[in-house]
Amino acid sequence: MSTPDLTVPVAASAAPPWRERLTTMAPVLLLAPSLVASFIYVFVFTLWTLYLSLSNSSLLPTYGFVGVDNYVSLWANRRWNIAYTNLFLFSAFYILGSMAVGLLLAILIDQRVRGEAIWRTIFLYPLAVSFIVTGTVWSWLYNPVDGIQAFVRGLGWSDFSFALTANRNTAIYAVIITGIWQSSGFAMALFLAGLRSVDPDLVKAAQIDGASTFRTYRKVILPTIAPIFLAVAVIQIQFAIKTFDLVAALTRGGPGVSTTFPAIYVYDLMFQRGQIGEGAAAAMMMLAALAVVLVPYSLWIVWRRQAEGRDG
Amino acid sequence: MASIALNDRYDPEAAAARRRYFWSRFLVYAVLTFFAVIYLVPLLVVIFNSLREQPEIAQNGLISLPRSFRLDAWADAWGSYCISGTCEGMRRNFFNSLWMTVPATIISTVLGAINGYILSKWRFKGSEVLFNLMLLGVFMPGQISLMPWAFLLGKLGLTNSTYGLVLIHVIQGISFTTLFCRNFYVSIPDDLIKAARIDGAGFWRIFRKIILPLSPPILIVTVIWQFTGIWNEYLFGVVFTSGQEQPITAALVALTAGGTTARAYDVMSAAVLIGALPPLLIYLFGGKYFVRGLTQGAIK
Amino acid sequence: MSALTIRNLHKRYGAVEVLTGINLEAQTGEFVALVGPSGCGKSTLLAMIAGLETITSGEIWIGDRLVNSVQPKDRDIAMVFQSYALYPTMTVRENITFGMESRGVPRADQAEAVKRVAALLQIEQLLKRKPGQLSGGQRQRVAMGRALVRDPKLFLFDEPLSNLDAKLRVDMRTEIKKLHHRVGKTTVYVTHDQVEAMTLASRIAVMNQGSVQQFDTPKSIYERPANMFVAGFMGSPAMNFIPARLAGPANISVRTANGSDATLALPTPVAAGAPDNLILGVRPEHIYRFTTDLKSRKPAVASLEAPVELVEPTGAETLAVLRLGDLEITGRFEPDTAPTMGEMVTLGIDMSRACLFDPTTKALL
Repeated sequence: MSTPDLTVPVAASAAPPWRERLTTMAPVLLLAPSLVASFIYVFVFTLWTLYLSLSNSSLLPTYGFVGVDNYVSLWANRRWNIAYTNLFLFSAFYILGSMAVGLLLAILIDQRVRGEAIWRTIFLYPLAVSFIVTGTVWSWLYNPVDGIQAFVRGLGWSDFSFALTANRNTAIYAVIITGIWQSSGFAMALFLAGLRSVDPDLVKAAQIDGASTFRTYRKVILPTIAPIFLAVAVIQIQFAIKTFDLVAALTRGGPGVSTTFPAIYVYDLMFQRGQIGEGAAAAMMMLAALAVVLVPYSLWIVWRRQAEGRDG
Repeated sequence: MASIALNDRYDPEAAAARRRYFWSRFLVYAVLTFFAVIYLVPLLVVIFNSLREQPEIAQNGLISLPRSFRLDAWADAWGSYCISGTCEGMRRNFFNSLWMTVPATIISTVLGAINGYILSKWRFKGSEVLFNLMLLGVFMPGQISLMPWAFLLGKLGLTNSTYGLVLIHVIQGISFTTLFCRNFYVSIPDDLIKAARIDGAGFWRIFRKIILPLSPPILIVTVIWQFTGIWNEYLFGVVFTSGQEQPITAALVALTAGGTTARAYDVMSAAVLIGALPPLLIYLFGGKYFVRGLTQGAIK
Repeated sequence: MSALTIRNLHKRYGAVEVLTGINLEAQTGEFVALVGPSGCGKSTLLAMIAGLETITSGEIWIGDRLVNSVQPKDRDIAMVFQSYALYPTMTVRENITFGMESRGVPRADQAEAVKRVAALLQIEQLLKRKPGQLSGGQRQRVAMGRALVRDPKLFLFDEPLSNLDAKLRVDMRTEIKKLHHRVGKTTVYVTHDQVEAMTLASRIAVMNQGSVQQFDTPKSIYERPANMFVAGFMGSPAMNFIPARLAGPANISVRTANGSDATLALPTPVAAGAPDNLILGVRPEHIYRFTTDLKSRKPAVASLEAPVELVEPTGAETLAVLRLGDLEITGRFEPDTAPTMGEMVTLGIDMSRACLFDPTTKALL
């Protein structure tokens, strides 16, 4: 074939008429408002708050530049250090706890139990309830005078003691337990979906190889759903870092300042104490904490997607 | 016949296996029941207390079966209980939340569906980058945006108003709804769109006739996510509104914080339930689809 | 008149050149197959004809209209997709009428057209069903119905049979051929299956790495492949490529299993300027068991000895793997005269059907 090429390469197309150009532009135009809004929300707002954190704003935003003074005084503050320590403590226990409970429940439900839908609904309903409601109700249950302690003592065990929220050293665990109660159902749902997506032939192969149920889960099923562990952890850690409502309703940061969290502290600085500059600095530290978790995660996601792309 | 005869013979190994099976089943249900009790007790406690009389609660403690029954606490919480000086119950705050949640949910879902449609089926140069930028909104902690919002709402004259909260929730929500819809629409084969284009359908017709009819699974997820998220939101509510204009979450905190004297657990329980009911109902009706859709599209 | 003309078409994604200078044309009523391995650019080419991919440079004409910047819907084409792309939420009838509705065809005409196409494809009883309730073959028919109903200038098929099981694929192949005879529409058909291309097409464009290797009738493509790629891609089992040396103006020699050379006589002298080292291309069916009777029937037969390493009877024919030098070649034999394993067989190679290739340019000599 290979006919000699006599045609002069022509410009691919004459300029299309404006109507057509409008049709091809339509998607971009439609997307534009959302894009602009998101751009402002993400970048302008962040830079704005960053600037405020470097300013001498107190009761009202002002724009006198003071460098990193706010950060210095923030980190010199005992309450902020408690808040940050609490955040790490809470994140670790909350994530591990809800993943452990969620995984246990998912595996149990995966044993072809009867009434699966009912179990699932029971474990998942707290997710629909706000942290405010959860926190309020659990604050009653933790209340030594009216709650669980009173109930158990009423049963006859008169020196039973359960007063987590009344004690500075244990109040944080009340927050952790409540957090786990609220969101282990979510972890369960994701794990369950993961378990269901495992190729059944894989499980059959393991059974024929003589692996016990426990071994099958540990060696075959759980490794294949490893990405879900990471996804659950990343989602939960976001909840953890943004934790505000739960503490606001459950302990209000107390007793004393023992359950202060960064989110609570930001609110206090900005709106109760009129230290907007330092509050903005605290907010930036929250963002930094998120970035520490999310940047590696998203890089990993991108890397994985590319690796898959290469294989596919 | 032979198999029946075989079964009749006593096989110690089979018997042991049967026993093991029985005990493992027992254990499964026992653990599930244990956790179910933990999950259900708080709910039952609140429901019971909203129906008990306050003196009875004071006498027997919070955790107890109801020995009295009345709905007064519900009526009180709804219409006449005093929250920080105003004695109108939660009614106003409930409707504040409703007028905030419903429009914000609808607007952000519609925008998310259109954005997702464009970002998955009408890609253009740089659209992936733009998508990833929008995605960042998902991770933004609300605290970062507090001051800018305060300034912006002030400029727009929307402080202490439900409209202001609607605006905040729409813009914050776009990232989520776009992410959900885009990830779901990506799994719709591109061939369908190509076939429709050859069939003479344009941007909107493809959206209406092909994409939307396929969308219920993800729209349910998006609506549930947005509705529960916005209804349950507290930070913006407490920062940008006050008193009569507060959404129900903020009002609940105000109500339960009120006074250190004998706490009106009956009314507070009813109030808590009123505040929790709309998202609970939404979840009970749509939860099945929510989990399915979430794992289909949203979490990837 | 040509119904489709493609001139010097290029497609680039960034720095990646996907199509490099495609020239093709299809006469009215012709059935052109684009065939090639996956990633050769055939589907991209089809999408560009449909208007679903933009053109980097070059021209596409449908009839006498330059369609480079014409929207897919205005190109007067219909397309059948590999995935069928049936709208899952619509019934079969709605699927078929969707295009007409988009174009505002009156209801009565739509009903008429559906009736006609449904009868043609025997899918009348399926019209109320949704795609999810159809079998693979039925979906295939509906997809064709949706294309046919439009009565377009140009029919485009993108690997329409590759999702069907083997038997159904053969049946549908026959049906597509019948259908083409009946409606006589110009058709461009993309496939990776060389058998489909051979059986259906009036002309085949064999593509590799973004360019057309050869564009010709199935017969010429099979018998006189333009280069080693085409020769190797078309035909199954594939053509044997045997390194050979020029030994005189009309003789070549090849290495046999015991290390000695065998000289094979060519029916016509090699063209002047051919390199000393050549590749001899022999299709399996042109390898016979040598007999004097064969020699009298096919005078161009050249003989050589080879041990039989493996025999694969398929019923209708028997394939034998034969050793030649340090390579294995495949011969296709009548079951009755097939060699047996371990046998040292004297082969007769029909040199009039053999091809010679230049090993550096890979082109046919």
